Amino acid sequence: MKVQFTDVSMRFGAMEVLQHITLGVEEGEFCCIVGPSGCGKSTLLNIAGGFLAPASGSVTIDGEPVTAPDRRRIFVFQERGVFPWLTVEGNIGFGLFDMPDDERRQRVTQYIELVGLKGFEKSYPRELSGGMKQRVEVARALAVNPDVLFLDEPFGALDSITRLQMRSELLRIWRAEKKTVLFVTHDIEESVQLADRVVVMSARPGHIRRVVEIDIAHPRDLSSRRYIELRDLIFGEIGLAHQV
Amino acid sequence: MTALLLLSRPNVSRSRLLPLTGILVALVAWQIAVSMRPGLIPGPIVVGRAIGELAVRGLLLKYVVASLFRVTWGYLAALVIAIPLGLALGMMKLGEMAINPILQVLRPISPLAWIPIAILWFGVGDISAIFLIFLASLLPLTVATMNAVHNIDPVHLAAARNFDIPLRARMTDVLIPAILPQLIVAMRIALGVAWLVVVAAEMIAVNSGLGFLIVDARNAGDRYDLVIAGMVLIGVIGVVLDLLMRRLERLDSVRWGYAAE
Repeated sequence: MKVQFTDVSMRFGAMEVLQHITLGVEEGEFCCIVGPSGCGKSTLLNIAGGFLAPASGSVTIDGEPVTAPDRRRIFVFQERGVFPWLTVEGNIGFGLFDMPDDERRQRVTQYIELVGLKGFEKSYPRELSGGMKQRVEVARALAVNPDVLFLDEPFGALDSITRLQMRSELLRIWRAEKKTVLFVTHDIEESVQLADRVVVMSARPGHIRRVVEIDIAHPRDLSSRRYIELRDLIFGEIGLAHQV
Repeated sequence: MTALLLLSRPNVSRSRLLPLTGILVALVAWQIAVSMRPGLIPGPIVVGRAIGELAVRGLLLKYVVASLFRVTWGYLAALVIAIPLGLALGMMKLGEMAINPILQVLRPISPLAWIPIAILWFGVGDISAIFLIFLASLLPLTVATMNAVHNIDPVHLAAARNFDIPLRARMTDVLIPAILPQLIVAMRIALGVAWLVVVAAEMIAVNSGLGFLIVDARNAGDRYDLVIAGMVLIGVIGVVLDLLMRRLERLDSVRWGYAAE
C-alpha cells in the first residue's frame, strides 16, 4: 500500500471528529473521499499530509510513519494557496529552490505547458481567473515531482463549467504523471467522475461507511447506466434521495 | 465605447483640476481675510516673499536639508530595529506575550514627553532630535510588523512548510513578501509621524531646521511671515514624502495586498 491509514481517530477538544479510519490507497490510485460537510474528511487529509497528528492510530506512506509535511507529498488547497506576490513562473518554481537555474527554468516551462498557461508566465495571480490560479497551484505541486498529491476540495470555489474543465484536465495530468491522488470533495458527482475508488464517510464523528469501486473506464460517459447506478448508490449511502 | 470615453475623460482632468482649484480658492480666501482684518496673520503674498527671502539668504535649502537629515537617520534607525523585532515577536507567541504589554503602555506616550529624557541622555543637539524621531517611528512600526505577521494567510505558511524550503528562503520568499503590503502602509504612517516630531523636536533642541525657523522667527523680532513660511514648507514637504511612499504601494509584488484598483 502506498498510503495506509490504520485505526485513525481524531478529536478537537471534546469533539470527536474521526473514528477508527482504516484505509489503504494503492500506488497510482485516484481515491476520492466524500462525505457531508464537517465529517472530518479534510482533517483526515491534513493528517495524511503531516499537518495534524492523529489522536490515535497511524498513517504510513511507503511503510514510513507520517510525522510532518514532506515535499514528496504535496497538499493542494483551493486556489488561494498560490502566492499572490509571485508571478506564475515564480509560483511554479517555488519548490525548486535547490535546482540549478537552467534546469529549474526548464522544469517551470514544462509544467506551465502541462497546465496550459503558456503566455501567462509573467502574470500575477490577481490577473488570473479562479481556474487559472488553480492550475498554477497544481503545477506548483507537480513541479517538485511528488509521489502523492492531496487535494482538498480544490475546485470548490470554481463555477460549474470551469469545474468540469478542471476535472478533465486533472485526469489528463494524472494519467500523464502517474501520481497517487487523495481527493477530498463533498460533490458526489465529482467523485464518481474522477475516482478509481470512492470512500464514503458518515456525518461527524466521521467513519467510513463504504468504499465504492468505480469500474468505468475513462473517459466516462456521464449518462451511462453504470455511472448513474454508482452515483445513486453513493447518494443512497449518504442518506440522500436523488431528487430536488 | 465612445460614450464611455466621453464620460470618463472629463473625470480624469477633473481629478487633477479640482485639487488645484481647492488650493487656489483657499489662497484667495486667505488673502481676502487678511485684507479685511490686517494683523490677523500675514497673507499669502507676504509669506511667498518670506520664502523667497529664505532662499536668497541660503537658509531655505539649509533648513530643509537639516530637517530631512534628522528624519532620515531617526526613521532609518527605527526601521532597522522595528522590522526584525516585529517579525520575531510576530513569530514567537511567548515573546509577544511578554513584550506586547510594554509596547501597549509605551504607545500612548507622546514622543514629545521624551524630550527631557532625550536631553538628559544626549544633551541639546542633533542626537536628541534624532532620538525623538527614532522613538516616534519605532513603536508603530514594531506593532504593525507584528500584526502583519499575524495576518499572514495560514495557507501560505502551510504551503511553505510543505515544500520544505530553507529558513532563509522562507523569510525572503514568504514571510517578508506576505507582510510587505501592510508594512508599506505602516512605513508611510510612521514617516508622517516622524515628520511631525522633527519639527517639534527642533523647536527645543537645535539651531537649524524648519522647527527652529518657526521658533526663531518669533523670538527674533516677531517675523510672523517667516513663521507661516515655515508652516507652509513643513506641509508641502510632508505631502511630498507621503506621495513618495505611496509609490511603493504600486510595486507589482505588493499590489495584491490592497483593494482592487
